[in-house]
Amino acid sequence: MAVSQRALEAAGLGGGRGRLERLRQWREQEHVFGYGLILPALVLLTCLVAYPFGMAIYFSLSDYWVGSPGQFVGLTNYREILGNDVFRQTVQNSFVFTGFALTLKTLLGVWLAVLLARDVRFKRVLRGAVLLPWVIPTALSTLGWWWMFDSLYSVVNWTAIRLGLISAPGPNWLGQTNYAMAAVIIVNVWRGLPFFAITVLAGLMSIPREFYEAAEVDGASSRQRFWHVTLPLLKPVLAVVILFSTIFTFSDFNIVQILTRGGPVNTTHLFATLAYQIGLQGGNLGQGAAISLFLFPMLAMVVFLQLRYIRRD
Amino acid sequence: MASAASVRARRLRAALTYANLTPFVFFALFPFYFMFVTSFKRNAELYNLKAVPFWIQTGAITDHYDFLFRRTEFLIWMKNSLIVSVIAMSISLVIAILAGYSLARLRYRGVGSFGTAVFITYLVPPTLLFLPLSQVVNWLGLSDSIWALVVTYPTFLVPFSTWLLMGYFRTVPREVEECALVDGASRLQTLLRIVLPMAVPGVVCAALFGFTLCWNEFIYALTFVSQSGNKTAVVGVTADLIRGDIYYWGSLMAGAVLASVPIVVIYVWFLDYYVSGLTAGAVKG
Repeated sequence: MAVSQRALEAAGLGGGRGRLERLRQWREQEHVFGYGLILPALVLLTCLVAYPFGMAIYFSLSDYWVGSPGQFVGLTNYREILGNDVFRQTVQNSFVFTGFALTLKTLLGVWLAVLLARDVRFKRVLRGAVLLPWVIPTALSTLGWWWMFDSLYSVVNWTAIRLGLISAPGPNWLGQTNYAMAAVIIVNVWRGLPFFAITVLAGLMSIPREFYEAAEVDGASSRQRFWHVTLPLLKPVLAVVILFSTIFTFSDFNIVQILTRGGPVNTTHLFATLAYQIGLQGGNLGQGAAISLFLFPMLAMVVFLQLRYIRRD
Repeated sequence: MASAASVRARRLRAALTYANLTPFVFFALFPFYFMFVTSFKRNAELYNLKAVPFWIQTGAITDHYDFLFRRTEFLIWMKNSLIVSVIAMSISLVIAILAGYSLARLRYRGVGSFGTAVFITYLVPPTLLFLPLSQVVNWLGLSDSIWALVVTYPTFLVPFSTWLLMGYFRTVPREVEECALVDGASRLQTLLRIVLPMAVPGVVCAALFGFTLCWNEFIYALTFVSQSGNKTAVVGVTADLIRGDIYYWGSLMAGAVLASVPIVVIYVWFLDYYVSGLTAGAVKG
């Protein structure tokens, strides 16, 4: 830069220097610099999130098939979907799946966090071990669960039979309706529990010790301390984690796609797996997009609550 | 006497804690152990209903791993995953550093709404957009190539990393920045030479999470790429190792174990970053 300025001056182009200086001053302004820095992110998110979202809405209102852009058909796709038994089953599945998985993750997560917060040895190793299911690629660890739930060689059944808990041959986990739902819920809890436990643990650590000491002086039992000190103070952290997990449990794809592909007889289909089956494998992009847009109300609700929560902070 | 009793009470309490933690640790780790053991078993043992499944009785073999290397494109999948993850993570990191600094530190009209917009995109699940994105990728002429993933992965990495980095940028004292500006440094120099070095833990965190999220991504990689040689490790293993016959469990588990190794290595190395990033991303946000 310095060289070019000197070159410009030597060439008698003093005005050029002034222009460069003015450019420098212009971009040093806080708002210009601020917009400049955020621009790449905004362009990316507009082109690859907002625009596709608009496209999804357009697809859902047209009879768009893979390779043949269709015509505008209004709400036909939605009407067809809502009249479809498989879709109704999917709605029910999604709520059952999310409801059970979230409840279990919350209860077990708080319990695990309380245990990890105690003064134990090997704290770091324990935390590392507990967090592992959340870090390993879900699709790959679900393959392990698939093998553990195998119809013939299931290690779960093998153990339960040897312990005398069930009689041979045991349930076909991924082939019987209620068992299949239980299996996908178990794997989702297994994968999501670390996230709950570690974040709640961080929340626990931020509670000042004095609160507990004061409660102890007042003669509160450990159970009372948990209900009247720990839990109320954990509420903000729990709210964020639960909201966050709601949207990502509701929109889950990997676990169901690998374990059951929505079966048996569609009893484990979630919105994402059904949208994949109809929109991609079936080629009906219009209906597929309409199905995945049913995730939107849940997303909107979570966004609304999260934002309200952040603003209140 | 009293102290002896209290020692005993404390020991009992510790024993109870460990007893309660054991099922959790077992639940978390058993699937990995089982996958590992399975990948070294002989087929005869694997498919013997009478054999104890928990350990290897008839000798460990590496045939399943040999199969992966000799008969499948496993190494190419791993290479694809590595290329996609490193490039997508790097691009996203640069974009997120700029955006995060802008949102955390600069005052201009609209900064609040931009922050909200980034936060909302952070919550948008990939499963909502994979169908239209598959068309966008087509139009860009990137379908069925790893570049489709390099282009689309930043859609979830940038919001996440921006949000994470904003928290770290806020911890840098304003005075340091102001001093640099008064001394005649430009705003860009201040960001690169003063603020960024002070936010290195945040950048490391965002890089680690970015790499992990890319490596683990499933639905885009499954949807946008169909040719075997262009698949990522996660999709290659889950989609291409399942063959017509039923005796594939050994190589399937071997593939799952090997494709997880890079993540495990990084994880063990940077455990504390993962823990702090996880809580920063979710709780501070």
